[in-house]
Parts: sequence; structure tokens; C-alpha cells
Amino acid sequence: MKIQFIYIITFSVVIWCASCSREEAVPDVAAQGLQAAQLTSRVKMVQIPGGRYQPFYGTDTALVKVEPFLIDERPVTNGEFLEFVKAYPQWQRSQVKRLYADTNYLHNWVADTLLPAGIDADAAVTQLSWYAAKAYAAAVGKRLPMLDEWELVAMADEVVPNARQKKSYSDRIVDFYLVKNRQYNAVKQSPPNYWGVYNLFDLVWEWTDDFNSVLVTGDARSGDYSDNNLFCAGSATSATDVLNYAAFMRFSMRAGLKAHYTVGNLGFRCAKDIPGNGDIKNQ
Amino acid sequence: MKQLFFILAASFLFFSCKENTGKKQLPSNSIFHLATQWQDQRNQSYQLNALKGKTLVVVMIYTSCKATCPLLVADMKEIEKQIKPEYLSKTSLVLVTIDPKTDTPEHLAGFAKAGGMDAPHWVFLRSDEAATQEFANVLSMKYKKISPIDFSHSNIISVFNPDGELILQEEGTGINAEKIAGKVNETAKNS
Repeated sequence: MKIQFIYIITFSVVIWCASCSREEAVPDVAAQGLQAAQLTSRVKMVQIPGGRYQPFYGTDTALVKVEPFLIDERPVTNGEFLEFVKAYPQWQRSQVKRLYADTNYLHNWVADTLLPAGIDADAAVTQLSWYAAKAYAAAVGKRLPMLDEWELVAMADEVVPNARQKKSYSDRIVDFYLVKNRQYNAVKQSPPNYWGVYNLFDLVWEWTDDFNSVLVTGDARSGDYSDNNLFCAGSATSATDVLNYAAFMRFSMRAGLKAHYTVGNLGFRCAKDIPGNGDIKNQ
Repeated sequence: MKQLFFILAASFLFFSCKENTGKKQLPSNSIFHLATQWQDQRNQSYQLNALKGKTLVVVMIYTSCKATCPLLVADMKEIEKQIKPEYLSKTSLVLVTIDPKTDTPEHLAGFAKAGGMDAPHWVFLRSDEAATQEFANVLSMKYKKISPIDFSHSNIISVFNPDGELILQEEGTGINAEKIAGKVNETAKNS
């Protein structure tokens, strides 16, 4: 009798220990997101010389200085993000914490590590949150571009670095924005801009590191936003460049985002400081 | 001999139980998953999960702000007034700075004292810029540095339950203190 009892106790001790150690093993998402780079990114990066530029938004008319930086020549693809979630299981669809992504995170994937048939591995990855994009960038030793960096690169058309004064510039981008299901096309199928950067407009919207620095008053920030009513009906009165309707659309879109949102045509690309440039900056 | 084994096994079980209590799995949307490091006005350093177990009323401000932050601080004090005294010990009123460079722990301590916010349920937090940005995103708060001394930002007061789940957010100036305090009282009562 007593021996049986001891067996039972020993057994439950083993169970307790097992359950303890399982809890210990739960990885912390954020902590791992900040780990040293474990994946390598094969995306070519383009060096942008930086400079002063006129931000689209804000009553502040001062030019903003952007330091030289590197930016991916194209958005991160489904195939690349698949490699990432294999290496970092905490970013798989069934594992991700609700704090870091809404329930639609990667919802079109067949399983945690399986892309759906008919989805191009070379198309830009979408339906992922700011946290996930940021964790990917950290995993490949890069970062997300700052909003000012992204917009600086986006001023270029195929011929000149700043095409904002051309009427055709904004019209063309708006035309891209209105094309449905454009996110399913493979990257790098259209010509690059002046800097050699592809697909800034024609495939997906892109997360930026400081997307939450867009302050638009009123309805832009309140209420629920789904894929279909992402754009607010705010006014462009504080815009410094009212002809640039494409930029207005981008800023409205950013203003409506929250970091855990995932959207079917919102992806990202990575950026990086120029090695050694930090020393110059600090002088 | 058998008895000895029994005692050993029993005590082993006892210890492993003890170790396991309080290790309940956090909800998936809990802010206590954030692994960033923070400092408070008492110069203590910890991760946010050190605040676990209390209802949190959270706002982001910066102490050199002359515009809406004083209103938000006033809102927090009004909320404090409307929380039942017996529930204050189950509550933390948390002010997180968006200006970690200026708002050092010493600076925050001075601000707390000057504003009469030195009771133990007042917590002022600062971290580095990356953690601050992440936390602002957790609160869905927009902010931008507009000059070396000024930020523009949205005004949001958020309430988290003792497990770190967001249960209420009120946006804009003229916050409904009664509604927030009511939620805190209700949560404290049930916890």
C-alpha cells in the first residue's frame, strides 16, 4: 500500500517537474526578437546619400535632415518570411502572442510553415504586424526604415531623385494604389526608380519604424479600420504639398494603423545604417 | 527506509509546488510579455511584469510639457480621487515618459513630489527610446518629437487588468475620470 503511494507521489513529482520545465521553456517573443542576427538576408541594399527634404505633412515648414543610409532594393518576400518563422517559431501563426499581432496574422497561409498554393514565394509578404516586421529586420541584422527615409527615397521617379513637382508623379502612384490584388505579383518585375529601388508603390504599402509618428487629428485615429476602410476622410489642410495626393494617401493609411494590425496589402522592406557612419554622426 | 523515502518524496513535491505557484500562463495579449527594462522614480530597475497583480492606469507624458500633459496629470489625480481608498493598494497609477533623455529617475522623482504624487501607488517609468516607442505602440499612441524640447502626442489613458490585458482606453482631453475609476474599482473588487 505504502509502496504504491510512493509510486504515485514520485509520479506526480515527475509530472510537476515536467510542467515546470515546459513553462520555463516558453520563449519570450520580444527578447528573442532582439537577439543577434541569425538569418542572412540576400536582398541587395542600395545606398541613399541622404540630404534635406521637405516632409509632406506638418505645419513645420523646416526641411528635415536625413543621414545617409542603406535600404533594401525591394520588399521582403513570402519565401523569406517563411524562412524567418521556421527559425523563430514564436512568430508562427499559431504561436504569435496577441499582443504582437491581430487574429488575421498570416491568415492566408495554409499552416504555420506552409504557403498556400498559388501564392508566389517571390511576392511581397503581407498580413503581418509592425512587431513582426521589426523582429524580422532584427533577425537579419537590419532595421525598418524611418518614415523620413522611406519618403525621401519615394520622391524619386525613374529619372530624377525628386519628381514631386511633376504632375505625372503623383498621378501615376495613385493609379498604382488603385489596382486590386497587386500584392500577389512577384517583386522586381517593374522598373526601379532613380536610386535603383524597386516596388515602392506598385505592390504593397510598407511599414516604417516610426509609423506612429503621424499625428492626424480627429477621425483618423478613432474607430476600427479594416482593409476596406483604412483611409480616413481627414483633411489635407496641414499638408505642405497638396498636389501630392499619393503621399496624402500614405500618411492617412499610416495614421489609421496600430502596431498589431495586419493588412492584406501591407508589407515591409528593411534598411540599415551605413557601417561606421554612426561615428561621423556623433562628432 | 520506506518512510524516509516517503518523506523525501513528499517534501520534494511540496517544494516543486511552491516553485510553481504564481507561474500561471500570461494571457497572449498581456503587456507583461514585453521584455524591456524600465526604471522608476525610486531608481528601481525592472521589467513591466514586476507590476503584475495590480490594476494599472497608464498614461504617457513628458514632464517638461506645457500643453496637454498637465491636463493628463490632472486627470490621473482625479482618477486617483475616485478610486475607493481600499482599492488603491491594488492599483498602480503609471506615468510613462516619452522623453527619456530629460526625464531621468531623479527628474521624475522631483516631478512626482512637486505634484503630490509620492504615494506608493504612483509609478513613474522611463526606458530607452526603442522601448518607449514599442510601449507607445502597445498603447496605440502616436507621438513625434517636434523640437529638442517638445513632442506632439495623442492623449490616451489606458486601464490594464492584473494580468496585463487592456480593458479600457479613453482618448482625448477631458477624459472621463469617473468611467476609468469605475473600471478600476470593479476590477479591484473582482481580483
